[in-house]
Amino acid sequence: MEGFPILTVLIAVPLLAALACLFVRAEGARWTALGATLLNLALGVLLWANYQPGGPQWQFQEEVRLGGDYLNWQLGIDGIALMLILLSVFLMPICIGASWRAIERRVPEYMAAFLLMEALMIGVFAAQDLLLFYIFFEGGLIPMYLIIGIWGGAERIKASYKFFLYTLFGSVLMLIAMLVMIGEAGTGYIPALMAYDFAPGLQTWLWLAFFASFAVKMPMWPVHTWLPDAHVQAPTAGSVILAGVLLKMGGYGFIRFSLPMFPEASNQFLPLVFILSSVAIVYTSLVALVQRDMKKLIAYSSVAHMAFVTFGLFAFNRQGIEGALIVMLSHGLVSGALFLCVGVIYDRMHTREIERYGGLANNMPGYALLFLLFTMAAVGLPGTSGFVGEFLAMMGTYAVSTWGAIFATTGIILGAAYMLYLYWRISYGAARTEEARTMPDLNRREWALLAPIAAVVLWMGIYPESFMAPMRKDVGLLLARIERAAPAGDSRPTPGNPAAAAPAHAAAAHGGAEAAH
Amino acid sequence: MLYLAPILPEAIVGLGAIALMMVAAFVRRGSIWTHWVAIALLLAACVALVGAPQEAGRVFGGMYAADGFAAFGKVIIFLSAAVAIVMAHNWFERDYEHGAEYPVLILLSALGAAVMVSATDLMMLYVGLELQSLSAYVLASYRRHDERSAEAGLKYFVLGGLASGILLYGISLLYGFSGTTGFTGIAVAFAGEEATSIGLTFGLVFTLAGIAFKIAAVPFHMWTPDVYEGAPTPVTAFFAAGQKVAAILLATRICLDAMAPALDAWRQIVIFAALASIILGAVAAYGQTNVKRLLAYSSINNVGFALVGLAAGGEAGAQAVLFYSAIYVVMTLGAFLCVLRMRDADGRPVESLASLSGLSQTRPALAAAIAIFMFSLAGIPPLFGFWPKLMVFNAAVDAGLQLLALAAAAATVIGAYYYLKVVKIMYFDEPAAPFLRPRSPLETGLIALAALIVSPLGYLLIGPLGRLSANAASVF
Repeated sequence: MEGFPILTVLIAVPLLAALACLFVRAEGARWTALGATLLNLALGVLLWANYQPGGPQWQFQEEVRLGGDYLNWQLGIDGIALMLILLSVFLMPICIGASWRAIERRVPEYMAAFLLMEALMIGVFAAQDLLLFYIFFEGGLIPMYLIIGIWGGAERIKASYKFFLYTLFGSVLMLIAMLVMIGEAGTGYIPALMAYDFAPGLQTWLWLAFFASFAVKMPMWPVHTWLPDAHVQAPTAGSVILAGVLLKMGGYGFIRFSLPMFPEASNQFLPLVFILSSVAIVYTSLVALVQRDMKKLIAYSSVAHMAFVTFGLFAFNRQGIEGALIVMLSHGLVSGALFLCVGVIYDRMHTREIERYGGLANNMPGYALLFLLFTMAAVGLPGTSGFVGEFLAMMGTYAVSTWGAIFATTGIILGAAYMLYLYWRISYGAARTEEARTMPDLNRREWALLAPIAAVVLWMGIYPESFMAPMRKDVGLLLARIERAAPAGDSRPTPGNPAAAAPAHAAAAHGGAEAAH
Repeated sequence: MLYLAPILPEAIVGLGAIALMMVAAFVRRGSIWTHWVAIALLLAACVALVGAPQEAGRVFGGMYAADGFAAFGKVIIFLSAAVAIVMAHNWFERDYEHGAEYPVLILLSALGAAVMVSATDLMMLYVGLELQSLSAYVLASYRRHDERSAEAGLKYFVLGGLASGILLYGISLLYGFSGTTGFTGIAVAFAGEEATSIGLTFGLVFTLAGIAFKIAAVPFHMWTPDVYEGAPTPVTAFFAAGQKVAAILLATRICLDAMAPALDAWRQIVIFAALASIILGAVAAYGQTNVKRLLAYSSINNVGFALVGLAAGGEAGAQAVLFYSAIYVVMTLGAFLCVLRMRDADGRPVESLASLSGLSQTRPALAAAIAIFMFSLAGIPPLFGFWPKLMVFNAAVDAGLQLLALAAAAATVIGAYYYLKVVKIMYFDEPAAPFLRPRSPLETGLIALAALIVSPLGYLLIGPLGRLSANAASVF
């Protein structure tokens, strides 16, 4: 691996394939896109295989100077970025496969937009230069805008504008903050900035500006309203990428920037984050409960799940942060899979109304099985990936805030309610329409899309160590960095009442000894 | 001859223009090759910028600066003039008016613009400005049988005359209270005891107001949409590119040189004009249905960002302005070259936004080019239009104007809406009647070149262009 610029290649492969797609016909574009994304998946696996979990913090580093004072092509990953890159390259071929027949119109452009999206996503996680990160982060808006706007549903135009302008507004504030940081620290190199101590007063403002961007991207209540619109209108694969990877950029931003660069400010705003997350969990779960549109329901559930991530991250302890990371990965897989499940029946009946389905367990047993698995994973059943992350995140939260943990656990209950209610209405009972009763089960392509996700969901649920091992050292480094600002827990557990108990215990032991005599 | 060496480029353009005018008067059917000769003259003038014209410094008793700053501006001006002449080639092809006067007028206007960026004396400045403006008035009404063109010319002339009057009033006040028309002398006056003098302050305000008219900054922008819409497209392109850059650089020089000690006085004005231009340019563009009007508002919006850089002041501010101007010109010329491609089946130019509907399906390459220019003008990364915006924000932040930078950045979101609207019309809507496919490889090449520069590949220019602009800005 020495000297091979694997990260640049990971970005370049989809970019070149995107260009190639524009010059071929529909069928050629499909195969080009599939080939490129599979190649990237292979490269991703290679990346994982060569990553040294206990090695240096930043690996696969590359650098090309562009000649300016700032902005250089600096790439490099740690374990956290590695996992998110793997998530991206894993989901991409599945997205292409999901669009194989669902997209009939303007296929080359569609595939090109998706490949461009992939390149930008990998860039976000691999960038080590502040402005390079921003360019990738913002650049993702353009392909997603086109994907929603061209291939979306009836309300696609409004949704695409909302998506673009909302996210852009959050990000421009972050841009100014980045410029302030570069001016202050004199460098745009992210590892250097992660070690730079900004004055606490300045941190407050910088934190807020970054928060504006990441909270919108994440999305956190109350700036989540773009998400249900975007999800509902986007084509299936667009929703998968949106929920699977784009939302993770917000969490990644918190881990990479907000926490290590502004630890004091993170502590200062901890109540804000916890309150917003609590509201998000309870409110969006309740909203999800009354949705009639499947995609909207899953979209709201995404907001609720992302609140676990913010809870965990701002718990300032190992359980919380590792839990948040696993929730991010798990949610990327599970919500992506759920959107694919919706896509499968949408392709057959062209409606997302829950009311029109029912009894699918009878005529689509395979589908019902997988859908059940993903539903359980979303609920957080032990044995699935959802449990590991949510449990750890709540453990971490409890150590810091009892109230936060109470609201977070409410989210689990409500989550079970809306997901099981959804599953019940779709899979059980009698079919409400004739079409629903006669729908064929999953075909081979759909199995091929859903089965790998199911396997990974179970893998992550049963043996999460595979996924946690590469991130352990980085979480440790992050903890060491933010330790000085860590909040004291509000529950203040004391170790029982040892002083009072000791004599009695000793007496009992003594008595016992005497009795033995 | 050595005495004239620092103004060799101007001499080439000026004498060339006069010679071409003679040719036009006495040679029949000379119009086609006068165009090519004019382009050759402009390119030669660019080449002639090497050496004395950027190293001689202040010449002619301090009235004229032959420095790197001026040279940077002149390259932009001459090249955009050359592109304007190339554009005219197809535009006027079917028109009997396609005369030899057009390149001559462009040359004269470019000459005036070149004098503007070099002037270090109020008289010189005024002469350059008027030479540039008078040619521009004629150019705006060049299609004299077209009502809109005639209206544009008249409007431009009347309002331009008014602005010149305001500017002259400001100049006379500055002269009266400082006793000199040279920038150096005025700077001394501003730095001295008289800094608080009301006369000087009034002079500063009126001078800046006159210049604000020329760069179409709010609140002196009202002529822009009408003139840009009415004037022939190649002329509009030159107005939006070369002429505008000349005025911005003129404003930069006068603020950072003559009025440098009065930083706080002009900074308020520039900040107001910057924010007002950004916001009005963005908001007023919402309802537009004409592409050229839309681009007019876009140019107002972009001037606002350049002024943010100017408000930062100092070398960094000047560098940001220069960098911004260079990339802005590429984006604008690219956009106007695309507008030129909008012709209905009979070859008549169309300008409505609706005619762009579904362009991505009828003409994918053209649509992609326009989309690149629009996203770039909006400043969305990864397109290169993002970088100059970042530079002006950075200059503002470094100068302690964080709030200005924040406000300007937030306002980009407002502006993004209408740039997105163009993309939406081209990509999301159903196709309208397809455009005629013209044959003009040179224009196609220029569009491709402009698109390539503002594409992410443009980031490779950060180093070289950054050094050039930093070098040019080092005069302040």
